[in-house]
Amino acid sequence: MRNGLLGRGLVAEFGDPLPERMVAPSLKLQDLIEEIRGAKTQAQEREVIQKECAHIRASFRDGDPVHRHRQLAKLLYVHMLGYPAHFGQMECLKLIASSRFTDKRVGYLGAMLLLDERHDAHLLITNSIKNDLSQGIQPVQGLALCTLSTMGSAEMCRDLAPEVEKLLLQPSPYVRKKAILTAVHMIRKVPELSSVFLPPCVHLLHERHHGKAVGLPILCFSSVDRRIENRMGTPAHRRRVAHTHRHTRNRLSCPWPPPFTSPTLTPGILLGTITLITELCERSPAALRHFRKVVPQLVQILRTLVTTGYSTEHSISGVSDPFLQVQILHLLRILGRNHEESSETMNDLLAQVATNTDTSRNAGNAVLFETVLTIMDIHSAAGLRVLAVNILGRFLLNSDRNIRYVALTSLLRLVQSDHSAVQRHRPTVVDCLQETDASLSRRALELSLALVNSSNVRAMMQELQAFLESCPPDLRADCASGILLAAERFAPTKRWHIDTILHVLTTAGAHVRDDAVANLTQLIGGAQELHAYSVHRLYNALAEDISQQPLVQVAAWCIGEYGDLLLEGNCEEIEPLQVDEEEVLALLEKVLQSHMSLPATRGYALTALMKLSTRLQGDNKSCLDVELQQRAVEYDTLFRKYDHMRAAILEKMPLVERDGPQADEEAKQSKEAAQLSEAAPAPTEPQASQLLDLLDLLDGASGDAQHLPPLDPSPGVALVYLLDLPCAPPPPAPIPDLKVFEREGVQLNLSFIRPPENPALLLITITATNSSEGDVTNFICQAAVPKSLQLQLQAPSGNTVPAQGGLPITQLFRILNPNKAPLRLKLRLTYNHFHQSVQEIFEVNNLPVESWQ
Amino acid sequence: MQFMLLFSRQGKLRLQKWYVPLSDKEKKKITRELVQTVLARKPKMCSFLEWRDLKIVYKRYASLYFCCAIEDQDNELITLEIIHRYVELLDKYFGSVCELDIIFNFEKAYFILDEFLLGGEVQETSKKNVLKAIEQADLLQEKTEYHSKSFIGFKKAY
Repeated sequence: MRNGLLGRGLVAEFGDPLPERMVAPSLKLQDLIEEIRGAKTQAQEREVIQKECAHIRASFRDGDPVHRHRQLAKLLYVHMLGYPAHFGQMECLKLIASSRFTDKRVGYLGAMLLLDERHDAHLLITNSIKNDLSQGIQPVQGLALCTLSTMGSAEMCRDLAPEVEKLLLQPSPYVRKKAILTAVHMIRKVPELSSVFLPPCVHLLHERHHGKAVGLPILCFSSVDRRIENRMGTPAHRRRVAHTHRHTRNRLSCPWPPPFTSPTLTPGILLGTITLITELCERSPAALRHFRKVVPQLVQILRTLVTTGYSTEHSISGVSDPFLQVQILHLLRILGRNHEESSETMNDLLAQVATNTDTSRNAGNAVLFETVLTIMDIHSAAGLRVLAVNILGRFLLNSDRNIRYVALTSLLRLVQSDHSAVQRHRPTVVDCLQETDASLSRRALELSLALVNSSNVRAMMQELQAFLESCPPDLRADCASGILLAAERFAPTKRWHIDTILHVLTTAGAHVRDDAVANLTQLIGGAQELHAYSVHRLYNALAEDISQQPLVQVAAWCIGEYGDLLLEGNCEEIEPLQVDEEEVLALLEKVLQSHMSLPATRGYALTALMKLSTRLQGDNKSCLDVELQQRAVEYDTLFRKYDHMRAAILEKMPLVERDGPQADEEAKQSKEAAQLSEAAPAPTEPQASQLLDLLDLLDGASGDAQHLPPLDPSPGVALVYLLDLPCAPPPPAPIPDLKVFEREGVQLNLSFIRPPENPALLLITITATNSSEGDVTNFICQAAVPKSLQLQLQAPSGNTVPAQGGLPITQLFRILNPNKAPLRLKLRLTYNHFHQSVQEIFEVNNLPVESWQ
Repeated sequence: MQFMLLFSRQGKLRLQKWYVPLSDKEKKKITRELVQTVLARKPKMCSFLEWRDLKIVYKRYASLYFCCAIEDQDNELITLEIIHRYVELLDKYFGSVCELDIIFNFEKAYFILDEFLLGGEVQETSKKNVLKAIEQADLLQEKTEYHSKSFIGFKKAY
């Protein structure tokens, strides 16, 4: 480090670069790494790196060939930390073009990391690569091929295809295996090159490998092959070699690499060749047809691999070269797909591999797994398919989680096509529901649901319902809907079906889909014999817990419809319970008042109350709640005479779907009715004179007049008005929204509501949205109004708005304006955006007049 | 294989090998997201996860995560073997490899990887052959560095 600092100091002092031999060596790579790691803060690290990059840049400018590779290496290090390194791109080219191996090594690495297809600069290395491919130093050729296969663009591949083709049939196995895999990359980039690489591929496969002949007639293709044949002795000798089971002699006698001369045949070439053939077959139907012919040869290669105890050098945990086995099996899969003949040729071998592979370690299981995938994809014999499914079933019992994972995933794919085979493993699958890893239990759930049929539905549902009670929250929704769907398809009895749905609603009510409520009400409605049973059960469930909204909704509906059955107390199927009206009404009232109840639920409860008010025969006037009593009485009074209208009236109060306004409407209607009959707290007997009482009220109505349409004192007309009463007056026209603020994609909107029953109240909802690329954080909105108004701010929904249309923030303001003073509103916003803190204070203009008049 | 990433438990990148063409920005985004996802996994979870349209195979060795992205038709279990083989190679080369070795000799880590995989495919299944290739290249580098001061070009090896 001392040298480095001294070197820089000298340069700085004299102002211009010193002659080369006087410049002290720059910082070594490892020293720089140490310095960076020694930095205590991000800022310190940045400082060190920026300083060093400045030196590196200067060094590049000065063109120091001796240390260029070191400078680039340092640059590559900081690049990995995330700092810009584009100024090193040209240096990569220079290093690659150098004749020093050290330079080339770093230069090519730099090219792979810094250059890519999108920069035109990448084409400039094409020439260097061409030169390096054709000069004979193998490590250099290796570098060039590696770089080409990592970042070679389509253009580069087209230019260099002839060079790579030449290298395919070169003697050196080290270069050949790299050339073969480079060809794979080239075909991926430029599919037309398949025609270039197909012929050499054929040659490659016919060569010998592992020093053993495969018993096929030796075809004379090229001089290269003939040379190899001559070296291996007479045909008779070759045949003898083919039948031995120990092959190591021939191969290991050629040590690697024996100054890169002798054409040793290594398994690397076979592996590369199989990979290349696979790529060709995936891209070209002609290649596929051609290589189907070599299926017997591939089968033989794999069989040899599996049976003859391969060299330990290539085996893992007693499995011979699993990488090669998997590659061959993959190729067989592609060749056997949709082709009877090829599939048949493979059947025996696949069975052999499936039964003989050692499964104690992952390597063996990897081969087994690939075998299963191949069996399932080709036209295999039925017995073989069952074998494959059984292997997967065994995998499910494996202690290794990863193996269970691939088994579940594969079984999911097979459950439709091989349903009965998979059914046999149902108990094991169900056990997997207990997996601690969520990705496994999710798959087990999907698979279990797929395995439900009419014969196992009761048992399966029991398991699944038990699972529902304990499963992680993100699986609840899927489990619940899965159960409901399966119940719908396979329910043995209606009562079982209702019980099942009830259980789901009580355990996971919050997670069921919206249509579950409608479905259940329809189901119950249609099962007349079960009305009593349903209403009893639902009542009990509701009495225990009023928080699960779908359950509450269905229960309320049911009680409304069949409340009479409930009060009768007769039900064969369950214990009779004594429920009186008070309890029922109290329960419904509780639902209505509960803060847990959604507006939709309140709607259901309200409707149920209304229905009960007409269906219950008992003395409901003993109900304690005045409001309810009043309502019950009003309707009783108003409609006793007008019974024929009851249906129509009840119809006019549809199930509340969305939010407050309609419920408010209903409340408003009842309020109006109340105002009309306010003078009758507890009327006793229904009389014809009741009508006259009402008319009296109408005449006498004074202070309330402003809420009612103008009345004509004549009875006939009053009657008309009375009849008109239930029709809801048109709701006040909604006040339009107002956009009050916009800055760099952040927008603030105001929406206004004037609740009809409280004209002094104004509810403003502010909504903050973000369409920019940066998140908005620490968002706070404050407001001010004139002194004559009262302002109350409720807590905002959050203080972050994610970028690009993320979830907006909403906040409610309550403004009381009893004197109808003109509304003025000042807003103050503070938030962080694009790493800056923003503060805005402004008065809202153009407030709609309807918001305060 | 589409790419391989090595990163520490703190999320610091130690090696990145991309076998598909992507812009620097895209690589950074993918790296950031994937690192976050993998680091959030609990120790008892399986080594595979689905991310975007890829399959991710990862394994932790001491303080380093080895993370590979493979395609739908690739075999996850053999990918685990690929990762393990790479770790064995590093171990043999550095002698009981640890994260510091890979930090201070990151270029060597790349060179070793490039002798084992090429274009995302396995090129050599013999540990011995891979290590021999690295040894030869290292020797060549030493030889030429020794002569480099006088800028003599070197002869072809045969």
